[in-house]
Amino acid sequence: MKDADIKRLFYVHIFCIVSIILTTFIPSFFLEDFSVLETHLTWLCICSMCVAIINVVLYLQVKPNPSSKRSSIFHKISRLLKSCVYFFISCLLFHAIIVLYGAPLIELMLETFLFAVILSTFTTLPCLCLLGPNIKAWLRVFTRNGATSIWDNSLQITTMSSVIGAWLGAFPIPLDWERPWQSGQRKGCSYEAGDHRIQAPSAGEKHRLYPVTFTTIWNNQRVTHQIFLALETGWLWCPLQITQPSHPPASFLKYTILT
Amino acid sequence: MLKALVLLFLAWVCFLFYAGIGLFTSGFLLTRLELTNHSSCQELPGKGTLVGSGRGRRVVFMGDDTWEGLFPGAFSQAFFFPSFNVKDLHTVDNGILEHLYPTMDRDDWDLLIAHFLGVDHCGHKHGPHHPEMAKKLNQMDQMLQTLVEQLENDTLLVVAGDHGMTETGDHGGDSKPEVMAALFLYSPLPLFPGASLKDPEVVPQVNLVPTLALLLGLPIPFGNIGEVMVDLFSGEGDTQPLATALAQASAYHLNAQQVSRFLHAYSLAAQDLPPEELQHLQNLFSSASSEYEQLLDQLKTGEVREADIQALISQLRLFLRGARTACTETWARFRPARMIGGTILLASTCLLCLITSRLTSSPDFPFHCLLLRAVVWGLAGAVLLAGGLMAAGIGLEPSLLCAGSAATSLIAFLWALKSRESSSMTVFLPGPLPILVLLFLRSAALFSDSFVVAEAWAAPFLLRSLSLFLVAQLHWEGRLLVGVSTACLSSPTASLARREGPRALGLLVGLLLCVRLSILFHRCPEETPVCQSSPWLAPLATMAGGQAKNLWYGACLGTLGVLVLAVRFWLRRCGNLNSPAPPVLFVRWGLPLMALGTAAHWALASGTDEAPPRLQALVSGAVVGLPRAVLALAAIGLGLLLWQPVTVLVKTGASSSNHIIVPFVGPPASQADLDYVVPQIYRRMQEALRGKLARGGGQTPLALAAYGLGSVYSAAVVTALALLAFPLLLLHTERISLAFLILFLQSFLLLQLLATAVGTPAGSPGPFSVPWLAISAWALTATQTFYSTGHQPVFPAIHWNAAFVGFTEGHGSSPVLPALLVGANTFASHLLFSVGCPLLLLWPFVCEGQGSTKRKKTLASGTEVGGEKEEEPLMEMRLRDSPHHFNAALLQLGLKYLFILGVQVLACVLAASILRRHLMVWKVFAPKFIFEAVGFVVSSLGLLLGVALVMWVDRAVGSWFKQLILSQER
Repeated sequence: MKDADIKRLFYVHIFCIVSIILTTFIPSFFLEDFSVLETHLTWLCICSMCVAIINVVLYLQVKPNPSSKRSSIFHKISRLLKSCVYFFISCLLFHAIIVLYGAPLIELMLETFLFAVILSTFTTLPCLCLLGPNIKAWLRVFTRNGATSIWDNSLQITTMSSVIGAWLGAFPIPLDWERPWQSGQRKGCSYEAGDHRIQAPSAGEKHRLYPVTFTTIWNNQRVTHQIFLALETGWLWCPLQITQPSHPPASFLKYTILT
Repeated sequence: MLKALVLLFLAWVCFLFYAGIGLFTSGFLLTRLELTNHSSCQELPGKGTLVGSGRGRRVVFMGDDTWEGLFPGAFSQAFFFPSFNVKDLHTVDNGILEHLYPTMDRDDWDLLIAHFLGVDHCGHKHGPHHPEMAKKLNQMDQMLQTLVEQLENDTLLVVAGDHGMTETGDHGGDSKPEVMAALFLYSPLPLFPGASLKDPEVVPQVNLVPTLALLLGLPIPFGNIGEVMVDLFSGEGDTQPLATALAQASAYHLNAQQVSRFLHAYSLAAQDLPPEELQHLQNLFSSASSEYEQLLDQLKTGEVREADIQALISQLRLFLRGARTACTETWARFRPARMIGGTILLASTCLLCLITSRLTSSPDFPFHCLLLRAVVWGLAGAVLLAGGLMAAGIGLEPSLLCAGSAATSLIAFLWALKSRESSSMTVFLPGPLPILVLLFLRSAALFSDSFVVAEAWAAPFLLRSLSLFLVAQLHWEGRLLVGVSTACLSSPTASLARREGPRALGLLVGLLLCVRLSILFHRCPEETPVCQSSPWLAPLATMAGGQAKNLWYGACLGTLGVLVLAVRFWLRRCGNLNSPAPPVLFVRWGLPLMALGTAAHWALASGTDEAPPRLQALVSGAVVGLPRAVLALAAIGLGLLLWQPVTVLVKTGASSSNHIIVPFVGPPASQADLDYVVPQIYRRMQEALRGKLARGGGQTPLALAAYGLGSVYSAAVVTALALLAFPLLLLHTERISLAFLILFLQSFLLLQLLATAVGTPAGSPGPFSVPWLAISAWALTATQTFYSTGHQPVFPAIHWNAAFVGFTEGHGSSPVLPALLVGANTFASHLLFSVGCPLLLLWPFVCEGQGSTKRKKTLASGTEVGGEKEEEPLMEMRLRDSPHHFNAALLQLGLKYLFILGVQVLACVLAASILRRHLMVWKVFAPKFIFEAVGFVVSSLGLLLGVALVMWVDRAVGSWFKQLILSQER
């Protein structure tokens, strides 16, 4: 049972990663002037949509948790509505947290909100798919001994790595690498040697932290997320390989890794 | 014995840090000091200056009286006006204008110097965009117009500014608007070749001296390394290019001769110019000289081409510029040995902090002999080193001596530690992984100029992450929401845990909000179009609108009121406000008085110009007197606090074991309620009567109630912080008081959150310790507050106006008092947070008391619990119960805090020494290091004061107990 779960989990993650990679390349065939860095807003929308759809479809297909006994149509619709509301609330919450973290309140509101949306698709949506709109279950999963199945484990790892990735994404913001995805408004240094005007580039000119473009954060978040996803699937795949010959120590190892 | 050791030990560790910083500084800042020495040789009276070499010429001076001290007796006639008061815009300028035109008309001078100061002072006082500035500039324009009209044909008018100003009107840094100033030359005769006005040539200021000297027919001053401005030597105008070129060449040649002489003399005196560079320059000069001689010979025969002269000029120019570059490069040099020594000393002291903080918890650790041995060794090392230095003929340098003694005592301590317990020498890492990551990020960020500049954003970022992590970890461990999963809400502990969750979340959100709001007071390191400082940092006096001004003033008043009320409220809540002790009386009456004084001072200071002339003297007197009065009040309050720090109210026989239990809130409403309460009151009275009767006859143990004993330490620290905060508030501009309010609120929320997260050490008598996480968060908050009170670690951003609070007329010659005032302004957050550091240890104990009172309340109002007797919370008396652990915990707290700060200083030191050839070293890394080092010194002093205060209170509590027991026995 567990081995089959691991296999399914692996395919789900492979699909997710492939979809993220495809969203960076496919739209350039349909849209003109599409690039991840220049038209980041479009890309953010497309990416979050794709990931959301793939997540929902895959989890519905795989159905890790068999649905509850009462499966009337009314119950299903109410669950769906509830899920949508929860998703929206989580977007708003993420938005608030990002603003509390120093993002401008009024400027770049759309960027901030899209960033919150994409963060929600990576954290809240899997929770919704796996656990349903049940806050108590979510809170239970994110405790030390809360994970009961391999799906819960994967949920923990993906959510945390997404949040950590987004957090890491803030680090390149102050750097002055003169990249367009940084802030674009930085001036170069005026370093004219051989003239009287030998003048150090003034520190104030170089830096503009505000407004923060969240493309940066998102870029990094994506990369780290992928790395974490890859690591995680590798992590989960290894014991699967080991368990093929089914040695007792190997299964013990698998058990320790998974819990 | 033990108690004094905590302080002594901390002081010793602080000394070790100071020695490291001092040694590094003596190797690192050498450059700047020498540079100022060198550049001052351009102004040496009689030797290097234009004025000095102008003896024999008639020099007339009018303006700034600083010149009198610089060039005594150099002027044939002088009109000096007092210039020190920055607030005074008109004395100097009007004085000059009065004397300028009459002197112009006379014919008894060769050089007339008029030093106007009004625009500079106006910039400092009002900034460049104030109506006053427009008036001042108009006045200067008119002066120039009149001057130009009156100018005679044989006179050259030179108008030069010595610096520009930033958007705030200050200067002293090296940003473009500060360094760029105008130079305007005017002569009634057409003298200058046509140059485009759109893109004027940039001329270094040093070039003015040789040009003017040659124009006046004076020798160029000896120490000059400037280059003549060639446009002013244009023969007879554009008509004769050859003559012009010749004149220019001769001017250049004179200049080059002087510079070559200076280089020669300098290389004899100091060996720091690289020989090959010197040789190259000499070759260049000799070849150019010989060419010049050749040219002069050719001139006699009459065949000179202009191109030859131009080639010669360019060669001479090359020499002059090469000489200047060589000089400026050489004057930036370091002493690597000292820098490495200082770094090693700092690093090993950090290590020592780490090891010892781990060892303090073991009960029988022999600190006395270890410390004594280390101190004795240190003294011996210092004496030996002094002897060695004297013998070697090198002068005694305090930084070297300190470093020597610090190193020997450090080695002695570590050696003794190692010989005593070899197993304990393993390197301990400070705390769990997240703290390591945080420390690493924090120190790695100091190596990048971008991150140093962005630290105002990075520190709050890390603080938010830390607090979020704290709550997330709480949830991860399942302590945040226990009641949800178990779903049995009947037992009181579960309901308590349920309350804990939302409480922690609320604290977190409040903390995040505070941190977010504090960014509103951000100041840019430099004023640029891209980065605008918060407009709220400007003093209210510069605001134009009356309505807005009044509103802001109201907000500031509200802040003061809230601060005073908050302190009172907190003390009342802890039960310390009822005590008859003098500090409490001071909190009741003195604090509002201080707030009143502060408010009055702000009102007067922001409206001085609007005061009616009759009241001017009164207002100026009050502006001087009020800050001093507030300072005196604060000093009195601190004195009272030190005199009787025990703020406890004792009542005999007041405590009764069973409380009246009421099932309703507020006054009784129905007959049923009364039926419930009245029998209880009756029983209570009966008991009281019986007690009285019994006391008359036999002997019963006396019940004593001491209100506020559980928070006696923290009450003293909070009072001290409030008393410190008011003078510091006064040194800042009015609206920063809001930032101070946020500061207090934020640290309160942080303490509460940490106490919730750490959990109360209920029941454990054992070693108390403050987790690394709490201390890192505290240090981060201190850094964040430094920025959020409108400071930046660069020199132009220092609030110089703080030196004039209470001293509007200036300070005379002594630099100590203004330095103290400006220092207190700049390092206010370091001071407050380090004095408040013991609160980290005390707060969980205080919160324990609150938790239990709350529990009691819920019990009383909700369910009836019969028979189960609640234990009274011991709170801070837990610490007193085990004095050894208390001292050890204080020492450990201090060492941990010093470690965190020390690691920051170490990172700054490493960054400054590794990147000393970096483009930004004088702009970013060196100022950051200086600010961090001074901040460390202030913090460690504050820490010592805070720990000393807690120990002083502890001693007082001890004697208070003794007295109490004595009086009870009698």
